[in-house]
Amino acid sequence: MNPTIRRSAALLLTGALALLAGCERPPVDTVQRGYRGLGMIELSNPRIAQQTIADNQSPEATPPMPAGGPPASAVFKNVQVLNDLSVAEFTRVMVAMTNWVSPDQGCAYCHAAGEDLASDSLYTKVVARRMLVMTRHINSDWKTHVADTGVTCYTCHRGKPVPANVWFRNPGPSAAARAGNHAGQNTPAPQVGLTSLPYDPFGPFLDQANEIRVVSTSALPTNNYHSTKQTEWTYALMMNMSQALGVNCTFCHNTRSFASWDASTPQRETAWYGIRMVRDLNKDYLDPLGPTLPPIRHGPLGDGPKVDCATCHNGVYKPLYGVSLLKDYPALAAPAPAPAAAAPVAGVQPITVATLTLVKVYFATGRTELPGDAAAALDALAKAHPGQQLVISGYHDAQGGAAQNEELAKQRAMAVRDQLRQAGIGDQRIVLMKPEQAQGGGGGDNPEARRVEVSLK
Amino acid sequence: MAMLSFERKYRVRGGTLVGGDLFDFWVGPFYCGFFGVTTAFFSAVGIAMILWGAANGPTWNVWQINIAPPDLSYGLAFAPLMEGGLWQIITVCALGAFVSWALREVEICRKLGIGYHVPIAFGVAIFAYFSLVVIRPLLLGAWGHGFPYGIMSHLDWVSNTGYQYLHFHYNPAHMIAVSFFFTTVLALALHGSLVLSATNPKKGEPVKTAEHENTFFRDTIGYSIGTLGIHRLGLFLALSAAFWSAICIIISGPFWTRGWPEWWNWWLNLPIWA
Repeated sequence: MNPTIRRSAALLLTGALALLAGCERPPVDTVQRGYRGLGMIELSNPRIAQQTIADNQSPEATPPMPAGGPPASAVFKNVQVLNDLSVAEFTRVMVAMTNWVSPDQGCAYCHAAGEDLASDSLYTKVVARRMLVMTRHINSDWKTHVADTGVTCYTCHRGKPVPANVWFRNPGPSAAARAGNHAGQNTPAPQVGLTSLPYDPFGPFLDQANEIRVVSTSALPTNNYHSTKQTEWTYALMMNMSQALGVNCTFCHNTRSFASWDASTPQRETAWYGIRMVRDLNKDYLDPLGPTLPPIRHGPLGDGPKVDCATCHNGVYKPLYGVSLLKDYPALAAPAPAPAAAAPVAGVQPITVATLTLVKVYFATGRTELPGDAAAALDALAKAHPGQQLVISGYHDAQGGAAQNEELAKQRAMAVRDQLRQAGIGDQRIVLMKPEQAQGGGGGDNPEARRVEVSLK
Repeated sequence: MAMLSFERKYRVRGGTLVGGDLFDFWVGPFYCGFFGVTTAFFSAVGIAMILWGAANGPTWNVWQINIAPPDLSYGLAFAPLMEGGLWQIITVCALGAFVSWALREVEICRKLGIGYHVPIAFGVAIFAYFSLVVIRPLLLGAWGHGFPYGIMSHLDWVSNTGYQYLHFHYNPAHMIAVSFFFTTVLALALHGSLVLSATNPKKGEPVKTAEHENTFFRDTIGYSIGTLGIHRLGLFLALSAAFWSAICIIISGPFWTRGWPEWWNWWLNLPIWA
């Protein structure tokens, strides 16, 4: 072999080895999530996953306390949230919270040493109380996202007073450190997977409710004025979510059409509610706590820490691999005392009497089955208006074909009619009325649109 | 088809790899050879399998016909015909036909006493296909990682497989491959326009020579690679494009399971700025 060829061969080999040096090695684990050959596949490296699995184990629950005994509020003063628990269960929850949130600091992290337990002198106690309300709110009002698995303090805290993954308003890199205007992007930020995409996916989408959907709804992008920057911003959020859940894009999407719901996996719907849940939590719980916190807990712009997907998920598609710690601590699942206004989810929401509409029943995407709490509500409605005629109108959202949607709206109305019949209302008292505009308002998959209204004639 | 007067002298016997004189004949302008027969055999069987798969599928719409590989659960085993087995047979037929075609090219090269550049170049294209449907599936442990045979369906596979790594443009080998593809186009455009410019002078002027071509580039960029060199360069660029394409998909999965942007962490952590 002549020296030039030998030298080039050596160079090539070194180059190839250098390329592999930053890489992983087979065997890897794969999970098929779509039709064969579609390429919707989750990959993981078992040698990396080992560590992730070890880091995301749910702690053991302590054995439940026997029922009975006086309520906590009768024994302790200033119990505002868990006052419906027995003293024994209340104490058990307090011990669990200490282990979940401040195992190193102990009870004194919230209850100032030497002061009465009822004292609210430490900010941590005020925050903890609000977080209890939030936990109950999540577990009772956001089942669309957390299902019955639910969350506990440990889901986010993992033995730390401040969860590992929180975010603050982002002032961007300081002008002194970098020349030029980066227009909010082009710095390989960890929160967007080290890409050049806009480095703040949180503010616009998880604090404010900017439109995430930028894709055109028609084959030719007429009247779509979304910019490339907006598109990249959406991509940035998606990058963040992928990282937060340790999954790739095909976990939720068949990428031939990111927007199309009928080609997406069921996880996308869970994620859709998740985004709304995070916004709700940031707006009603986390951000308002900012002034309560000392400056050391503030971000560079003086705001308190806020949540995103990674706060609970910690790089796993289901936090703690779907182990429900909540079932051992039902106290955290009770409905929040004053439920904050949430985005309408599948369920029933009574509306004001000023209109003639008595009840709105919300349906899941593409479904005609009554949500779980609808039967009771419709029964109550039937009893409340004896002898009066009830008008039922079905609506659908803006996605999907017109004919299919019309049928969907009709089937939903009929599902409500059947329930009212079962409640003992005769056919002569039920009027099925097709609304003039069956598309229930809003764009795309607005959940408010997927409803049946029952009103008085 | 009539044979040109000078063609006969190139139609010499011998040079076959197998079969001796058995298939050493021409059909019209086409050389047959043992590998011509195997090419025809594998092509016929493969196409018949595709048609059979389409007949058993939901559509005859040519855009939507889809012969998909097996579910991952079959691993590296055989799958029932209508659940990916057809895909496996078609893959064998395709590789059989491609390799036969390359070997037929080798035989023709041997008859003519020329180098094996053409079959080697075609071999790189076969390697790219082989990477997609054999090497990567083997490394990942299931034939189901191969791409489906269908006009639209293989595009869906490409899209989804890219998004398995969040942002495929950050794949370093993909970057190199794309650069080679574009450079191939640039080199071909420069070469084609240069040759045409030398052979199309203004009316009345004689056709110019290779030295004019060399001088053009020496004047422009100070260097001309030369008439033979440009073809060496062209072959190198084109083969590199295909080679790095193969590499970029082999490393996606077997050697990297996360988003490609994250791979560049080593760059961000270089001691010179980290």
